[in-house]
Amino acid sequence: NHRSLGEPILKRREERRFAEVPRESIKLMAESSGVELSEEVAALLAEDVCYRLREATQNSSQFMRHAKRRKLSVEDLNRALRWSNTETICGYGAQDALPFRPLKEGELFFVEDREINLVELALATNIPKGCAETMVRVHVSYLDGKGNLEPQGTVPTAVQSLSEDLLKYYQQITRAILGEDPHLMKVALLDLQSNSKIAALLPYFVYVISGVKSVSHDLDQLNRLLHMVKSLVQNPYLYLGSYVRSLVSSVMYCILEPLAASINPLNDHWTLRDYAALLLSHIFWTHGDLVSGLYHQILLSLQKVLSDPVRPLCSHYGAVVGLHALGWKAVERVLYPHLPAYWANLQAVLDDYSVSNAQVKADGHKVYGAILVAVERLLKMKALSLTLAAEGSGAGLPGTTTGAVSFRENSPGLSPPPEPLSEPPLGIASHLQAGGAGCPWEEWTPVSLPAMYCELYSFFGDSLAVRFSTGLPLGGVPPPGPCQPLEGRKEPASSAPNLENTRKMPQLTASMNISPRQDGSPRMEPQPPSLAATVPGRSLARSSSSSVSRSRSSSSRPGRSTSQSRDIFPKARFPLPQAGPPAFSFIIGGRQMGRRCQGRRFQTSFSPTPPLTTHPPRAYAHKLPVIGRVSKPVRRWTCSHYSLHLPL
Amino acid sequence: MAAVQDGPKELDAEKETKPEILSDGTSNLLGNTASGTLSSSPLTAAPAGGATKMEDQQTLIAVLQFLKRNKLSESVEILRREAGLGEHQEDSQATDGSGGGKGDGDGGDANSLLSRVSITSAAAPQSMPVKKDQPDVSVVLSAYSQQGDPSLYQVYYSGLKNFIESVLDCHRAELSQLFYPLFVHMYLELVYNNHETKAKAFFDKFSGDQECYYQDDLRILCSLTKKEHLKGNEVLLDFRTSRFVLRISRDSYQLLKRHLQERHNNQIWNIIQEHLYIDIFDGMPRSKSQIDSMSGSLAGEARREVNKAKVFYGLLKEPEIEVPLDDEDDEAENEEGKPKKKKTKKDSLGSKSKKQDPNAPQQNRIPLPELKDSDKLDKIMYMKESTKRIRLGPENLPSICFYTFLNAFQGLTAVDFTDDSSLLAGGFADSTVRVWSVTPKKLRKVKSTAELNVIDKESDDVLERIMDEKTASESKILHGHSGPVYGVSFSPDRNYLLSSSEDGTVRLWSLQTFTCLVGYKGHNYPVWDTQFSPFGYYFVSGGHDRVARLWAMDHYQPLRIFAGHLADVTCTRFHPNSNYVATGSTDRTVRLWDVLNGNCVRILTGHKGPIHSLAFSPNGKFLASGSTDGRVLLWDIGHGLMIGELKGHTDTIYALKFSRDGEILASGSMDNTVRLWDSMKAFDEVETDDFTATTGHIHLPDNSQELLLGMYHSKSTPVTHLHFTRRNLLLAAGTYNSQ
Repeated sequence: NHRSLGEPILKRREERRFAEVPRESIKLMAESSGVELSEEVAALLAEDVCYRLREATQNSSQFMRHAKRRKLSVEDLNRALRWSNTETICGYGAQDALPFRPLKEGELFFVEDREINLVELALATNIPKGCAETMVRVHVSYLDGKGNLEPQGTVPTAVQSLSEDLLKYYQQITRAILGEDPHLMKVALLDLQSNSKIAALLPYFVYVISGVKSVSHDLDQLNRLLHMVKSLVQNPYLYLGSYVRSLVSSVMYCILEPLAASINPLNDHWTLRDYAALLLSHIFWTHGDLVSGLYHQILLSLQKVLSDPVRPLCSHYGAVVGLHALGWKAVERVLYPHLPAYWANLQAVLDDYSVSNAQVKADGHKVYGAILVAVERLLKMKALSLTLAAEGSGAGLPGTTTGAVSFRENSPGLSPPPEPLSEPPLGIASHLQAGGAGCPWEEWTPVSLPAMYCELYSFFGDSLAVRFSTGLPLGGVPPPGPCQPLEGRKEPASSAPNLENTRKMPQLTASMNISPRQDGSPRMEPQPPSLAATVPGRSLARSSSSSVSRSRSSSSRPGRSTSQSRDIFPKARFPLPQAGPPAFSFIIGGRQMGRRCQGRRFQTSFSPTPPLTTHPPRAYAHKLPVIGRVSKPVRRWTCSHYSLHLPL
Repeated sequence: MAAVQDGPKELDAEKETKPEILSDGTSNLLGNTASGTLSSSPLTAAPAGGATKMEDQQTLIAVLQFLKRNKLSESVEILRREAGLGEHQEDSQATDGSGGGKGDGDGGDANSLLSRVSITSAAAPQSMPVKKDQPDVSVVLSAYSQQGDPSLYQVYYSGLKNFIESVLDCHRAELSQLFYPLFVHMYLELVYNNHETKAKAFFDKFSGDQECYYQDDLRILCSLTKKEHLKGNEVLLDFRTSRFVLRISRDSYQLLKRHLQERHNNQIWNIIQEHLYIDIFDGMPRSKSQIDSMSGSLAGEARREVNKAKVFYGLLKEPEIEVPLDDEDDEAENEEGKPKKKKTKKDSLGSKSKKQDPNAPQQNRIPLPELKDSDKLDKIMYMKESTKRIRLGPENLPSICFYTFLNAFQGLTAVDFTDDSSLLAGGFADSTVRVWSVTPKKLRKVKSTAELNVIDKESDDVLERIMDEKTASESKILHGHSGPVYGVSFSPDRNYLLSSSEDGTVRLWSLQTFTCLVGYKGHNYPVWDTQFSPFGYYFVSGGHDRVARLWAMDHYQPLRIFAGHLADVTCTRFHPNSNYVATGSTDRTVRLWDVLNGNCVRILTGHKGPIHSLAFSPNGKFLASGSTDGRVLLWDIGHGLMIGELKGHTDTIYALKFSRDGEILASGSMDNTVRLWDSMKAFDEVETDDFTATTGHIHLPDNSQELLLGMYHSKSTPVTHLHFTRRNLLLAAGTYNSQ
């Protein structure tokens, strides 16, 4: 900066190693202040100015040296000028470098000097916080002249060389987790989850996990690796840092890739995907802050898969459950806008009754179910957020309020309160808005709930309507009950594997799916709560099993059955006790879903992995947030989802 | 005029004078006028030798004439009166005036120039008497007026160059020393006489031949192209007015002389006569490396006779600790159940310190403050601590603790630790001084006067009661300076803190009340460094005005002015026995000054860049200095010789410190490293050499890599300060540099 004393032109000549001010500049400056200079005077002045500049620079360097800096500052030069009784230069004290620009038209250079609106500055509300306080921190850097100790107060990071013990630990752990013994694996995972001294091994574990790509044929191994991810993520002593990215990519692989294992329809890769999706959302919620833009990247890659028709259906399924796991906002922004385009493809698959298409069609139903679950929740959460808002403003349709009230009153006992339900997604939304420009969903405009419902209804027909109407007002119709007996009844039978049965299921449901549309649609009414009130007949007709569930759940959970919802809902002729979480209410109404659930159930129990079948996979399979799964796991899942706690 | 006392009396009076502590020290101001400059300071330099008398008198008369001409009649009168006081007074005034003159050199060029001239003539009187028949100022000023044909300068110079290149190898290295000073003087002569283009041609042709370590000077030189520029440029003024010192063997000198006489090369001969000082020695010519190791300073090497004075580098006798110590120790030890062992230890310590070091100065050579009770307690603590001290060595390196200053956006410029490592002070570029307590004990202020009146002064814990618990905090900020704080120093008793700043003042702060007690004004220019004497009471400061000043806490004027450096005094350190002060300077020399009489007793040359750090070895025999060129040089004070060169750092060395027993030298630098050097080995190896050689040149063993014991990196944190605790733990301090 010291050269920019105001001379517009500076030239460097080869033979001199310092800046020179040509006499033209001097004359120009003199003219600008109204003085006419002769050539001679200008030359003399120019030379003197050069010398004074050099002298000032020379003198200023001592201030830099004594301030123990390497960089000459404007302040240094000003001090030198002050001590030589010269006026100091103002306006160059900014920390940022001032751009020194050339003017295209002429050989003119200038320092960009923008005008500052002082009024704005003075009245600015965002007063910058003061600098952090100067402080001193001490740490032992070198002990006895050797060794580099870990800096105090920070999380220990990886050291270059691993100690013998760590190496042994690493070998034991990896061997145990990837080995045959399920008990050993459990112990190893548990330790990985709580060991505080394995920071140095983190990169190695992350590397091992990145091996998912090489074992995509082996569901079991994939499962184990995902469990390893879970353990690492849950370890409170580990600082994952940028390894989060790597972990996420491994998990995403399991969610989205057409794994080699999924070629065989007997392999339950769906469960794996569900689990991975859950894990993904968990990583995001707990460690998403470590990597900026992580949420965006995840959404982008999910969207990419979803919009790629070439991808197999299992990939699409992964994308949908992934979005679902990330919260209803993600569903609303990515899945919902894509639905019309995607629907056509899915419909084509589902409508093809040829035998060769059977497997694909089964997959299609999986996707269908997943989408259904996702949009159900979307609708519900949206309605909830609306009612909350409406309640806040004090104006709202009676139906809405009742729904809201009932929900609120039900919620404490049942499932996490509404606030947490809606908060995290809102958080995402703000994150989304803050996120990078140019994202496809940037232009996304919120669709009103009725419109959304109408559109969704046009896709899903009755299956959707029912779920909505029952689910919302009840605030959590208890799905668990109905299925349990069902399972109990069916499992013994179906566990004797009968493939045809499973394959037929989707077909059956598909036809059922169509039927509500044929009814015409009286449920096109936009107001979801009122809808709930106007569909008594249908819901009655359908809930043969739900009555069982009602009795069951009321008996099993007497404390909760005494909620007001009962008083409200007779109108809806759907006087179910409020047991399960809202998200899974579809089980009750949707016959095909119930069946689907059954079919799924069948598949899992059928999974052909003898050594581990007994414990680990099953253990989590039961509890997983699988779409169309039964009550208990379902409840747990919702819980975990909201409380950022993984159920295992 | 304030405080006119004569030197010796002043010293005696030091102890008696009641401390008159000023709140801000505004009353101390002289030296804003020419008269003030000349008559102000009777406190400085001691009488020079009798031979110098003539010159000084002439200078005085010249000054008088100058004053008369400028109608400064009052000053003339004062000067006359003061000059009439006596011979000694006259001498000291001449020298002194020059010192003061620098303080306000911007007032008038002629005046400051004159004063500078007078200092050189006073400093170098014996040799080459300046031909000043007429004591006229113009003669002094026009040092370059006589000259030959400017067009022949190139011929002269290349003639000499050819001659030197053709002589025998053993002489060539010695005679090559002539190149640089001759080149500079010839160039300046050309510039002075307005031969701008010829000067430029001359510079272009021969500047490439000069030694690389003169690059910085050459850069300044090449920017000078006009006579007018010469007036303002301080660096070159020094070059003109001081004599560049060359050390050449008699043989080489004869050779040169013969050559110049044969060729009738009067131009060069004149320059040599007038501007150079050739120190001729008998014996073998020196080698190139020997010469290189000693050259590099602004004014050439030091003259041998300058370093002849005896320096009492020994340590003072430890004061005998009295009975209370033993009592207390016994009590303490009784609790532990082994009192007798301690007693014997104590005796051995006592007997050791009773031996008088033959090299030590008289105990009362410099009046030192008496030990207070608290000081004695501290001594006891010190001795206890030192029994637990870790014995360091090449196999047993110290642990390093790094004190990192975080969020020091304003810029950390200086750091100091107390001797017991309990307090840490930082000086910042935003004019503040911050004090931190390094121990859990918080910093507390003394209560207000009103509250103090209520206190029971007879109670045993009165010292505890006077402290205001409400003010306890981990750190305190001291506001008062109006410019970056470049130096901070704790008093040994931890009651005071000194800070020196760009605003030209040194401030004394109380660590009891955390307020400023005195502002010592005198430098009038940035004060680069300050340090307390190891015994307290005295302190030294050095600054841009090229002088170092010795102060006493209760005097608002300096007791001594150490003038002689040709450029800024960048760092100042007290000798452990408090009788000497070492100063490092931008003129690339280290000087040692006698506190008693203000004389310069050592000039140490060899650095190739400004010196930014100094450290005395604990036994007082050696001095280490570090400079911007990244080298540490070790000096033997007794002989005034360089005894070691420690190469390795890649940037300016801002911190040097010997371990408590002197086995290890730690150096900290801008290159973000701390290096540990085996100083014992460095000293031992040299001591076996023959030191007493009259020629005074040395063979430096090139062993700095063997001496390097360890290099320790910090995380992008330049090392600003180093400190060994009493148990030999190394503390380093610096500010984290996030860029």
